[in-house]
Amino acid sequence: MSYSNAEIWTIIGLMAIGTFLIRFSFLGLIGDRPMPPVVLKLLRFTPVAVLPGMVAPLALFPDATGGQTEPVRLLAIIVVLGVSWWRRSALWGIFAGALVFYAGLIATGQL
Amino acid sequence: MTTATVKSVYRKGVRDGGPFLLMALPFAVFFGVAAADAGLMLSQIIGFSLLVIAGAAQFAALQMMIDDAAIALILLAALAVNLRMAMYSAALVPHLGAAPLWQRAAVSYFNFDQSYVLSMMEYEARPELAPHLKAWYFLGIATLISPAWVLATYLGAQIGQFIPPEYSLEFTVPIMFMAMVGPMLKSLAHVAAAFVSCVVSLALLFLPSGMGLIIAAFCAMATGAVVETWAERR
Repeated sequence: MSYSNAEIWTIIGLMAIGTFLIRFSFLGLIGDRPMPPVVLKLLRFTPVAVLPGMVAPLALFPDATGGQTEPVRLLAIIVVLGVSWWRRSALWGIFAGALVFYAGLIATGQL
Repeated sequence: MTTATVKSVYRKGVRDGGPFLLMALPFAVFFGVAAADAGLMLSQIIGFSLLVIAGAAQFAALQMMIDDAAIALILLAALAVNLRMAMYSAALVPHLGAAPLWQRAAVSYFNFDQSYVLSMMEYEARPELAPHLKAWYFLGIATLISPAWVLATYLGAQIGQFIPPEYSLEFTVPIMFMAMVGPMLKSLAHVAAAFVSCVVSLALLFLPSGMGLIIAAFCAMATGAVVETWAERR
């Protein structure tokens, strides 16, 4: 990470303002006017459209190994996805994934 | 049924929000740990949790900062993650649209997944409550969770400083993200969007940090909408 203190506070400040405006949008500014159904439909997919794209490169080409694919990390991510989907719970996924990750690091002598 | 007062409704909100602390706090601890590990200062870490209060967006920004992405791209990705809250805001209008402005502003600041879901359940169970009482219920839920969120972040940041690098704490970030994705895969459209997001993001890794992700997200949103429309027609 190579940002100055001022740059980091700029990120925090603008994120805070932007997030508040998103949350305040309808309740405070737009009111009860209907939104085009297409927009609502697209909005519904934003988290599921952003987060997997962020994870895929990190799981396949982790920085810790200099971008080399590493089986323990890949397996841990697959377990996280499987368990969090199966249990419908993020927490269960995190615990299962962390268990696999650290057990794997120990088993392969990385820890 | 007894008559609802500001006090009774607010207290019910505080009580109902209690159990959700257990679900929210580990995320805040992990954020503190990961942010300290990435090299953020304590004041900056607390600033994130206090001013933004949105777990997924905080993790998204943190990961892109670790990757040294351009500031505009960090903001774009983090705010894209938060766009779902525009839907929350819209869904609250029938219940809180007539509440005073300060209450609507306060509710907006505290509008995150837990407080939104709990409040909507209560509003659907007691639609007759006056708008200002509904807002007090919402603020009751936020009363415990919000300070606890900041405190847990602080604890995480303190713990994170003492954990040596061979524990690969940076990998907790993708684990958190993937864990948030699993429960969201509710339909074929969601699965298709997640898949397209991965594929396009990987295909565009040669672009400057963060750029491919934004393009991947737009492709994935369009895919989700198209697949859903197609599934509805069948």
